[in-house]
Amino acid sequence: MKLNNAIAGTLESGDILVELSPSDTPGLTVNLESSVAYQFGDQIRNVIRETLEELGINDAIVDATDKGALDCTIRARVTAAAVRATGKDVWAD
Amino acid sequence: MNSYNDRKSQIEAQAIRLGKTVYNDSKAVKNPTPRLELQKESSKLATLEDAIRKSGLSDGMTISFHHHFRGGDKVVNMVVDKLAEMGFKNLHLAASSLSDVHAPLIEHIRNGVITKISTSGLRGELAKEISHGLMDEPVIFRSHGGRGSAIANGDLHIDVAFLGAPSSDPLGNATGYSRSENAKSICGSLGYALPDARYADKVVIITDDLVPYPNTPNSISERDVDFVVEAESVGDSSKISSGAIRDTKNPRDILLARQAAKVIENSGYFKPGFSIQTGSGGASLAAVKYLRDSMVKNNIVADFALGGITAHMVKLHEEGLIKRLIDVQSFDKVAAESLRRNPMHKEVSANEYASADEPGSAVHYLDIVILSALETDVNFNVNVLVGSDGIIRGAIGGHPDTAADSALSIIVCPLLRGRIPCVVDEVTTLITPGSSVDVIVTEYGIAVNPRRPEIKERLEAAGLNIVDITWLRDKARSIIGEASALPFGNKTVGVVMNRDGSVLDVIKNIES
Repeated sequence: MKLNNAIAGTLESGDILVELSPSDTPGLTVNLESSVAYQFGDQIRNVIRETLEELGINDAIVDATDKGALDCTIRARVTAAAVRATGKDVWAD
Repeated sequence: MNSYNDRKSQIEAQAIRLGKTVYNDSKAVKNPTPRLELQKESSKLATLEDAIRKSGLSDGMTISFHHHFRGGDKVVNMVVDKLAEMGFKNLHLAASSLSDVHAPLIEHIRNGVITKISTSGLRGELAKEISHGLMDEPVIFRSHGGRGSAIANGDLHIDVAFLGAPSSDPLGNATGYSRSENAKSICGSLGYALPDARYADKVVIITDDLVPYPNTPNSISERDVDFVVEAESVGDSSKISSGAIRDTKNPRDILLARQAAKVIENSGYFKPGFSIQTGSGGASLAAVKYLRDSMVKNNIVADFALGGITAHMVKLHEEGLIKRLIDVQSFDKVAAESLRRNPMHKEVSANEYASADEPGSAVHYLDIVILSALETDVNFNVNVLVGSDGIIRGAIGGHPDTAADSALSIIVCPLLRGRIPCVVDEVTTLITPGSSVDVIVTEYGIAVNPRRPEIKERLEAAGLNIVDITWLRDKARSIIGEASALPFGNKTVGVVMNRDGSVLDVIKNIES
């Protein structure tokens, strides 16, 4: 799937800023900065990966800045970034 | 024949018997200087450097400070900068609390000027560095009542106290406000400075408004003061109500505040003549607003409000809903002004406020306290000092003192702060033992300590949503998942003293 650079979310407390960009190498690279990295870093990275894979995006670079977002918020922001990056509106389908 | 001369031999005999000298009239001198001029020559007036030198301070000694200016404090940095410049080393800094503004202490710790700290709390960069292991000796944390006791019983001996005061006369009669037109600052109560003033070996008052004698009614008495230093500024009053104190517009805090007010109304303690204290969280402060409506409706007047006094409390006092305000710390400028203006608004020392070993300390006669928390756990323990990331970010304050001695202690906290759970299996650091915590109010439900079945019954009868504390823990977990363990190291960076002087817990360093 062809990806453009796209961004979703904010840096507000309880939110996450997700930047999606194309990758030259196969696979998902997730760079995460989080205010709760110690306790929830792995869990947040997993949610990001799962959300993208479910949308059929398997090769991408994700730069995420998390301010303590819940999983539902992370999924929503990642999905929004993916919709913007692919031009494919998963909500409309 | 009984003239003075005739009695001389008997006078001498009595002097010998009493081990005294005989009065010598030729030594008597009358000073004719007008007294407004004379007080300018007070032997207590000194520059900061002279006061330090004359105080006899030497390396290894203990210096103390109060935190009534909170985020606006200028005294700690001013004095420690001067001590560093004068070459002092190895000092023990015993402040009633420290906050973000004290980040410059980091350099003084690195340079060996300060090697030991005792405080109620730490915030900001200083707290972060200490959490990462900046100091060799662990910081000693005490509650406000615990600090008062430790100073009085000698556990915490203060060599020289440096106490900022918004007004002082040249003899050292000092207050937390000023009645002169040159007033530069105001902090209200000096309650946390009063044990220092009374028990420290030497006391230096630092003021930005030197007023003529007598600066009455005074808070600190000249009897306790050795030196008076004039300074450009001792604190920025506009920052008193910064830090932990804020008037909330957060809808969740407002929900919590309403719930807390309902708990109080139905607790069995909401009766004419009751007494109340609120902690520094947004929700616990806002609860007073909602309680007011019930007080008016049910014609209930409180005998006193205690502790950190706020604008809300002052309003209720001036409306006649709270008869007396007992103020150890003015939480905002309105409260500080009220202390100057309202005769029934009384300042108390930390000891009279919350000492465990003073039978008359006010907390013993407190019905209800509303407190906040960083974390609570399934055993009703509370942590208000160390964040869920392992970094120190708060203050013990009067939390354990008021929880232990009040008739009803209510903790108000959201179940989640972002992704951080506030009801957990075990608190990161034990500050207030669960045995003294009665009710925990969250937006998902209210948990009552099984030690207080009668409270649970009353709240259930009132139709409040009472849940088991483990249900709250599970609810939080179901939303946020399982947290990984924090990377604590092996170095002890803090020791938490219980209010009775026993050691309650330790804080380990966190890897950076």
